[in-house]
Amino acid sequence: MITKRIIPCLDVKDGRVVKGVNFLGLNDVSDPVKLGQYYSDNGADELVFYDITASAEGRGLFTDILTRVAETIFIPLTVGGGINTLDDFDRVLKCGADKVSVNSGAIRNPALIGEAAKRYGDQCVVLSVDVKRVNGQFRVFAKGGREDTGLDALEWIKRGVDNGAGEIVLNSIDTDGVKQGFDLPMLAAVCELVSVPVIASGGAGGVQDFVTLFTTLPKVDAGLAASIFHFGEVQIPGLKQALHEAGIPMRRI
Amino acid sequence: MIAIVDYGVGNLFSLKSSLSMIGADAIITRNADDLRAANKIILPGVGAFEDAAKKLRATGLDMVVIEQAKAGKPLLGICLGMQMLFDRSFEYGEHQGLGLIAGDVIDMRPQVPANLKVPHIGWNALKLTKPVHPLFRYIKEGDCVYFVHSFYAANCEKATIATAEYGTSLTAAVASGNVVGCQFHPEKSGKVGLNILRAFCEQT
Repeated sequence: MITKRIIPCLDVKDGRVVKGVNFLGLNDVSDPVKLGQYYSDNGADELVFYDITASAEGRGLFTDILTRVAETIFIPLTVGGGINTLDDFDRVLKCGADKVSVNSGAIRNPALIGEAAKRYGDQCVVLSVDVKRVNGQFRVFAKGGREDTGLDALEWIKRGVDNGAGEIVLNSIDTDGVKQGFDLPMLAAVCELVSVPVIASGGAGGVQDFVTLFTTLPKVDAGLAASIFHFGEVQIPGLKQALHEAGIPMRRI
Repeated sequence: MIAIVDYGVGNLFSLKSSLSMIGADAIITRNADDLRAANKIILPGVGAFEDAAKKLRATGLDMVVIEQAKAGKPLLGICLGMQMLFDRSFEYGEHQGLGLIAGDVIDMRPQVPANLKVPHIGWNALKLTKPVHPLFRYIKEGDCVYFVHSFYAANCEKATIATAEYGTSLTAAVASGNVVGCQFHPEKSGKVGLNILRAFCEQT
């Protein structure tokens, strides 16, 4: 049986991991290569690198880093941020990424999903969606959650999968940063809708939130988080042990 | 020296890096002489069978891989490269493979229960066939490796050295003499994957 995945997410700006990290025994806590190595050694099933740089210079630094990460870490790597064209797909895949995550780029140009899936395969295209409730409707937000696109999230996700997105990352803006648990009703709605893997993001505050996620929604494939891992509030080996004891299939290392 | 066959299919960066991580000397090549000079060959591959088989034939390297494998050189096929070791594939039609291992490549969709997602993507546990093949001498039963595929090898019981459970028993690795194949990606399977590559590199 396929194991459920635990995925740390690293936001990279100008070559450094932002949001801060707080690990014992790691001197340079903002070095993406060292952090990636740390997570890989400690049981992460996959790593997500988001490029949040705006400048061309920063973008160049990001691809250098990605190359170094891919040379040293042998688990699947997903890359997102600034993916607007097929050339962007090509750029990060050449550096060793396995999957490419699109968000605002697909909103601006919905054909991007289909074109990328055709060229690189569905398994390579991840549709990341930032969703917030507006008047009882799940609404897609763009620009890092700042702009209401007016798009219905369920329709947008369905359309993305029909066009070839092989995986969905669902970021709930409503639960993000609150640390009160994942957005189970929103995730349930998306799991009902699509048959590709769904990755839950936004809201994890502790180990129990992951146990609740996977026991309540067996169709969810993975849990993604950033700061709770970076700050050591949740250690991946302990998290996986707790999930294993709760009967959730986990990759043990 | 290990020759990684480059026929324009897939990204070989991680494979080369993982070999270099375990201290193996590898080159990515589409030169027949390199394949002949190497002491081991790796046939990678992702994507669709027909397209990949056509591209491999277009380079003429298919005949060199067959010639070298038949001469006893260790050959490792990975993912689609493993599927190409077989006689034929039924991925959207019927296509000839290299015929180095007896068996067929078939669609998993009719074989797995409807509640399971296809492609089979993610980490799954290996069930090792007894006696354990030398390729797995540094890993253990139940270790997880990373899969990405919708088709799998069947009718190859004699060659099967590992399986993975996914509603049905999927062929995860095969061996026939000096020819071995992994359906999963050892170069994306963490330490377990590196240990499988290490065992292959030590094969003589």
